[in-house]
Amino acid sequence: MRKIVSIILLVIAALGIRLSLKEVRFGEHETEVGKHYVDEGRDETGATNIVTSVVVSYRGFDTLGEVTVLFIAATGLGAVLTAGGGGKMRKTEPASLVLYTGCRILFPLILIFGIYIFIHGHLTPGGGFQGGAIIASGFLLNYLGCRERRISRVASNLAESLGGLIFVVIGLLGLVFGGYFLLNFLPKGTPNTLFSAGIIPIIYIAIGFKVGSELASIIDNLIEES
Amino acid sequence: MIVVVSFLVVLMLVGAVAASIFRDLISAVIAAALVSLIASILFYFLQAPDVAMAEASIGAALTAAIFIIAIRRTKRYEE
Repeated sequence: MRKIVSIILLVIAALGIRLSLKEVRFGEHETEVGKHYVDEGRDETGATNIVTSVVVSYRGFDTLGEVTVLFIAATGLGAVLTAGGGGKMRKTEPASLVLYTGCRILFPLILIFGIYIFIHGHLTPGGGFQGGAIIASGFLLNYLGCRERRISRVASNLAESLGGLIFVVIGLLGLVFGGYFLLNFLPKGTPNTLFSAGIIPIIYIAIGFKVGSELASIIDNLIEES
Repeated sequence: MIVVVSFLVVLMLVGAVAASIFRDLISAVIAAALVSLIASILFYFLQAPDVAMAEASIGAALTAAIFIIAIRRTKRYEE
Protein backbone atom coordinates (compact mmCIF):
# COMPACT_ATOMS: atom_id res chain seq x y z
CA MET A 1 0.00 0.00 0.00
CA ARG A 2 2.71 2.45 1.01
CA LYS A 3 4.69 1.59 -2.09
CA ILE A 4 1.76 2.37 -4.34
CA VAL A 5 1.13 5.70 -2.62
CA SER A 6 4.79 6.68 -2.91
CA ILE A 7 4.85 5.70 -6.59
CA ILE A 8 1.74 7.82 -7.24
CA LEU A 9 3.29 10.77 -5.37
CA LEU A 10 6.47 10.36 -7.35
CA VAL A 11 4.54 10.39 -10.63
CA ILE A 12 2.64 13.52 -9.57
CA ALA A 13 5.86 15.26 -8.58
CA ALA A 14 7.54 14.29 -11.85
CA LEU A 15 4.55 15.56 -13.83
CA GLY A 16 4.61 18.84 -11.95
CA ILE A 17 8.31 19.35 -12.57
CA ARG A 18 7.90 18.40 -16.22
CA LEU A 19 5.03 20.84 -16.74
CA SER A 20 6.80 23.71 -15.01
CA LEU A 21 10.06 23.11 -16.84
CA LYS A 22 8.17 23.20 -20.14
CA GLU A 23 7.38 26.86 -19.50
CA VAL A 24 11.05 27.78 -19.04
CA ARG A 25 12.69 28.71 -22.30
CA PHE A 26 16.30 27.75 -21.93
CA GLY A 27 18.94 29.71 -23.81
CA GLU A 28 16.74 32.73 -24.46
CA HIS A 29 16.80 36.14 -22.90
CA GLU A 30 13.45 35.97 -21.24
CA THR A 31 14.13 38.47 -18.49
CA GLU A 32 14.39 42.13 -19.35
CA VAL A 33 15.10 43.21 -15.78
CA GLY A 34 18.90 43.32 -16.10
CA LYS A 35 18.67 45.49 -19.18
CA HIS A 36 16.24 47.74 -17.37
CA TYR A 37 18.67 48.25 -14.47
CA VAL A 38 21.52 49.17 -16.80
CA ASP A 39 19.44 51.50 -18.96
CA GLU A 40 17.17 53.16 -16.44
CA GLY A 41 18.97 52.63 -13.12
CA ARG A 42 20.72 55.97 -13.09
CA ASP A 43 17.61 57.98 -13.83
CA GLU A 44 15.37 56.03 -11.49
CA THR A 45 17.60 55.95 -8.42
CA GLY A 46 20.07 58.78 -9.01
CA ALA A 47 23.05 56.55 -8.21
CA THR A 48 25.81 56.41 -10.81
CA ASN A 49 27.03 53.08 -9.54
CA ILE A 50 24.57 50.57 -10.98
CA VAL A 51 25.64 47.85 -8.52
CA THR A 52 24.73 50.12 -5.63
CA SER A 53 21.39 51.01 -7.13
CA VAL A 54 20.58 47.30 -7.37
CA VAL A 55 21.92 46.37 -3.92
CA VAL A 56 20.38 49.22 -1.94
CA SER A 57 17.38 50.32 -3.98
CA TYR A 58 15.98 47.59 -6.24
CA ARG A 59 17.04 44.72 -3.97
CA GLY A 60 17.14 46.66 -0.72
CA PHE A 61 15.03 44.18 1.21
CA ASP A 62 17.47 41.41 0.35
CA THR A 63 20.31 43.56 1.68
CA LEU A 64 18.43 43.98 4.95
CA GLY A 65 18.33 40.19 5.17
CA GLU A 66 22.06 39.92 4.51
CA VAL A 67 22.82 42.46 7.21
CA THR A 68 20.60 40.51 9.59
CA VAL A 69 22.46 37.28 8.83
CA LEU A 70 25.77 38.97 9.59
CA PHE A 71 24.32 40.43 12.79
CA ILE A 72 23.11 37.02 13.95
CA ALA A 73 26.48 35.45 13.15
CA ALA A 74 28.36 38.11 15.12
CA THR A 75 25.95 37.92 18.05
CA GLY A 76 26.07 34.13 18.12
CA LEU A 77 29.84 34.11 18.05
CA GLY A 78 29.96 36.64 20.86
CA ALA A 79 27.47 34.63 22.92
CA VAL A 80 29.39 31.37 22.43
CA LEU A 81 32.79 32.86 23.14
CA THR A 82 31.86 34.94 26.15
CA ALA A 83 29.68 32.21 27.69
CA GLY A 84 32.70 30.88 29.60
CA GLY A 85 32.96 34.19 31.40
CA GLY A 86 36.61 34.55 30.45
CA GLY A 87 37.85 37.86 29.23
CA LYS A 88 41.26 37.80 30.84
CA MET A 89 43.99 38.65 28.38
CA ARG A 90 46.88 36.28 28.01
CA LYS A 91 50.31 37.79 28.47
CA THR A 92 51.68 38.52 25.03
CA GLU A 93 55.02 39.89 24.06
CA PRO A 94 54.90 43.43 22.64
CA ALA A 95 54.81 43.87 18.88
CA SER A 96 57.98 44.63 16.97
CA LEU A 97 58.90 48.22 16.18
CA VAL A 98 58.00 47.85 12.50
CA LEU A 99 54.52 46.52 13.28
CA TYR A 100 53.98 49.10 16.03
CA THR A 101 54.99 52.07 13.86
CA GLY A 102 53.11 50.73 10.84
CA CYS A 103 50.00 50.30 12.93
CA ARG A 104 50.21 53.78 14.39
CA ILE A 105 50.61 55.40 10.97
CA LEU A 106 48.38 53.14 8.87
CA PHE A 107 45.42 52.66 11.22
CA PRO A 108 43.91 56.17 10.74
CA LEU A 109 44.55 56.03 7.00
CA ILE A 110 42.78 52.67 6.68
CA LEU A 111 39.83 54.04 8.65
CA ILE A 112 39.61 57.10 6.39
CA PHE A 113 39.82 54.91 3.29
CA GLY A 114 37.01 52.67 4.51
CA ILE A 115 34.83 55.67 5.37
CA TYR A 116 35.56 57.18 1.96
CA ILE A 117 34.47 53.98 0.27
CA PHE A 118 31.12 53.73 1.97
CA ILE A 119 30.32 57.43 1.75
CA HIS A 120 30.96 57.35 -1.99
CA GLY A 121 29.16 54.04 -2.46
CA HIS A 122 26.64 55.53 -4.87
CA LEU A 123 29.30 57.16 -7.07
CA THR A 124 32.32 54.86 -7.20
CA PRO A 125 32.77 51.09 -6.85
CA GLY A 126 32.37 49.77 -3.36
CA GLY A 127 29.89 50.52 -0.63
CA GLY A 128 28.86 49.65 2.87
CA PHE A 129 30.04 46.04 2.89
CA GLN A 130 33.42 46.76 1.32
CA GLY A 131 34.03 49.86 3.44
CA GLY A 132 33.01 47.99 6.58
CA ALA A 133 35.35 45.12 5.78
CA ILE A 134 38.23 47.54 5.20
CA ILE A 135 37.53 49.25 8.53
CA ALA A 136 37.48 45.85 10.24
CA SER A 137 40.87 44.98 8.72
CA GLY A 138 42.14 48.29 10.12
CA PHE A 139 40.97 47.20 13.56
CA LEU A 140 42.69 43.86 13.01
CA LEU A 141 45.96 45.73 12.38
CA ASN A 142 45.31 47.71 15.54
CA TYR A 143 44.93 44.49 17.56
CA LEU A 144 48.15 43.10 16.11
CA GLY A 145 50.26 46.21 16.50
CA CYS A 146 49.13 48.43 19.35
CA ARG A 147 46.97 46.31 21.59
CA GLU A 148 47.03 48.86 24.39
CA ARG A 149 44.87 51.18 22.26
CA ARG A 150 41.56 49.62 23.17
CA ILE A 151 38.28 49.99 21.33
CA SER A 152 35.32 50.79 23.53
CA ARG A 153 32.84 47.96 23.36
CA VAL A 154 29.99 50.35 24.15
CA ALA A 155 30.84 52.51 21.12
CA SER A 156 31.07 49.44 18.89
CA ASN A 157 27.69 48.14 20.07
CA LEU A 158 26.21 51.61 19.66
CA ALA A 159 27.44 51.91 16.06
CA GLU A 160 26.11 48.44 15.27
CA SER A 161 22.65 49.04 16.76
CA LEU A 162 22.34 52.53 15.29
CA GLY A 163 23.27 51.24 11.84
CA GLY A 164 20.57 48.58 11.89
CA LEU A 165 18.05 50.98 13.41
CA ILE A 166 18.65 53.66 10.75
CA PHE A 167 18.25 51.10 7.95
CA VAL A 168 14.91 49.83 9.27
CA VAL A 169 13.59 53.29 10.19
CA ILE A 170 14.37 54.68 6.73
CA GLY A 171 12.66 51.67 5.18
CA LEU A 172 9.60 52.24 7.36
CA LEU A 173 9.57 55.97 6.51
CA GLY A 174 9.30 54.92 2.87
CA LEU A 175 6.31 52.85 3.89
CA VAL A 176 4.79 55.92 5.56
CA PHE A 177 5.43 58.37 2.73
CA GLY A 178 4.87 56.32 -0.38
CA GLY A 179 3.34 53.01 0.47
CA TYR A 180 6.18 50.55 0.19
CA PHE A 181 9.22 49.58 2.21
CA LEU A 182 12.52 51.31 1.33
CA LEU A 183 10.91 53.82 -1.03
CA ASN A 184 13.42 56.47 -2.10
CA PHE A 185 11.47 59.39 -0.67
CA LEU A 186 14.27 61.99 -0.55
CA PRO A 187 15.06 64.18 -3.60
CA LYS A 188 17.40 62.47 -6.04
CA GLY A 189 19.52 65.52 -6.87
CA THR A 190 21.93 65.62 -9.78
CA PRO A 191 23.70 62.32 -10.44
CA ASN A 192 27.47 62.20 -9.88
CA THR A 193 27.43 64.56 -6.92
CA LEU A 194 27.97 63.53 -3.31
CA PHE A 195 24.53 64.64 -2.13
CA SER A 196 22.43 62.71 -4.59
CA ALA A 197 20.49 59.48 -4.89
CA GLY A 198 18.16 60.18 -1.97
CA ILE A 199 18.28 57.55 0.76
CA ILE A 200 20.96 55.37 -0.87
CA PRO A 201 24.02 57.08 0.72
CA ILE A 202 22.35 57.21 4.12
CA ILE A 203 21.56 53.51 4.03
CA TYR A 204 25.05 52.65 2.80
CA ILE A 205 26.65 54.70 5.59
CA ALA A 206 24.47 52.84 8.10
CA ILE A 207 25.49 49.50 6.55
CA GLY A 208 29.14 50.56 6.62
CA PHE A 209 29.02 51.33 10.34
CA LYS A 210 27.11 48.15 11.05
CA VAL A 211 29.34 45.80 9.05
CA GLY A 212 32.53 47.46 10.30
CA SER A 213 31.58 47.22 13.94
CA GLU A 214 30.27 43.67 13.57
CA LEU A 215 33.40 42.32 11.89
CA ALA A 216 35.60 44.25 14.32
CA SER A 217 33.68 42.80 17.27
CA ILE A 218 34.08 39.28 15.84
CA ILE A 219 37.86 39.79 15.76
CA ASP A 220 37.76 41.42 19.18
CA ASN A 221 35.90 38.46 20.69
CA LEU A 222 38.16 35.89 19.03
CA ILE A 223 41.38 37.57 20.11
CA GLU A 224 40.24 38.28 23.64
CA GLU A 225 38.92 34.81 24.36
CA SER A 226 41.82 32.89 22.86
CA MET B 1 47.46 41.10 -20.58
CA ILE B 2 46.87 37.43 -21.30
CA VAL B 3 50.42 36.69 -20.12
CA VAL B 4 49.84 38.47 -16.83
CA VAL B 5 46.51 36.74 -16.28
CA SER B 6 47.89 33.28 -17.06
CA PHE B 7 50.85 33.91 -14.74
CA LEU B 8 48.43 34.91 -11.99
CA VAL B 9 46.25 31.86 -12.59
CA VAL B 10 49.27 29.54 -12.42
CA LEU B 11 50.37 31.25 -9.19
CA MET B 12 46.86 30.83 -7.82
CA LEU B 13 46.88 27.11 -8.64
CA VAL B 14 50.26 26.72 -6.96
CA GLY B 15 48.89 28.49 -3.89
CA ALA B 16 45.79 26.28 -3.82
CA VAL B 17 47.80 23.06 -4.11
CA ALA B 18 50.25 24.30 -1.50
CA ALA B 19 47.42 25.10 0.90
CA SER B 20 46.17 21.55 0.66
CA ILE B 21 49.51 19.75 1.04
CA PHE B 22 51.30 21.86 3.65
CA ARG B 23 51.64 20.14 7.02
CA ASP B 24 52.29 23.45 8.77
CA LEU B 25 48.82 24.95 9.09
CA ILE B 26 50.03 28.55 9.38
CA SER B 27 51.77 28.17 6.01
CA ALA B 28 48.62 26.62 4.58
CA VAL B 29 46.57 29.63 5.75
CA ILE B 30 49.07 32.01 4.15
CA ALA B 31 48.85 30.05 0.89
CA ALA B 32 45.03 30.22 1.02
CA ALA B 33 45.26 33.98 1.59
CA LEU B 34 47.49 34.18 -1.48
CA VAL B 35 44.74 32.47 -3.50
CA SER B 36 42.25 35.09 -2.27
CA LEU B 37 44.60 37.94 -3.05
CA ILE B 38 45.15 36.75 -6.62
CA ALA B 39 41.43 36.14 -7.00
CA SER B 40 40.82 39.76 -6.06
CA ILE B 41 43.32 40.94 -8.70
CA LEU B 42 41.56 38.75 -11.27
CA PHE B 43 38.18 40.20 -10.24
CA TYR B 44 39.63 43.64 -10.88
CA PHE B 45 40.76 42.56 -14.34
CA LEU B 46 37.26 41.21 -14.97
CA GLN B 47 35.94 44.75 -14.26
CA ALA B 48 34.36 43.97 -10.90
CA PRO B 49 36.26 46.35 -8.61
CA ASP B 50 33.73 46.18 -5.80
CA VAL B 51 33.97 42.40 -5.60
CA ALA B 52 37.75 42.76 -5.69
CA MET B 53 37.65 45.07 -2.68
CA ALA B 54 35.48 42.71 -0.66
CA GLU B 55 37.59 39.69 -1.63
CA ALA B 56 40.86 41.42 -0.71
CA SER B 57 39.75 42.62 2.69
CA ILE B 58 37.61 39.66 3.74
CA GLY B 59 39.30 36.77 1.93
CA ALA B 60 42.90 37.78 2.32
CA ALA B 61 42.90 39.66 5.62
CA LEU B 62 40.03 38.76 7.91
CA THR B 63 39.63 35.06 7.05
CA ALA B 64 43.35 34.42 7.38
CA ALA B 65 43.39 36.20 10.72
CA ILE B 66 40.45 34.18 12.03
CA PHE B 67 42.09 30.93 10.89
CA ILE B 68 45.37 31.87 12.55
CA ILE B 69 43.59 32.71 15.81
CA ALA B 70 41.87 29.32 15.65
CA ILE B 71 45.18 27.53 14.94
CA ARG B 72 46.76 29.26 17.93
CA ARG B 73 44.15 27.60 20.15
CA THR B 74 44.74 24.17 18.63
CA LYS B 75 47.74 22.44 17.08
CA ARG B 76 50.01 24.06 14.55
CA TYR B 77 51.13 20.90 12.74
CA GLU B 78 48.93 18.36 11.06
CA GLU B 79 49.82 14.71 11.67
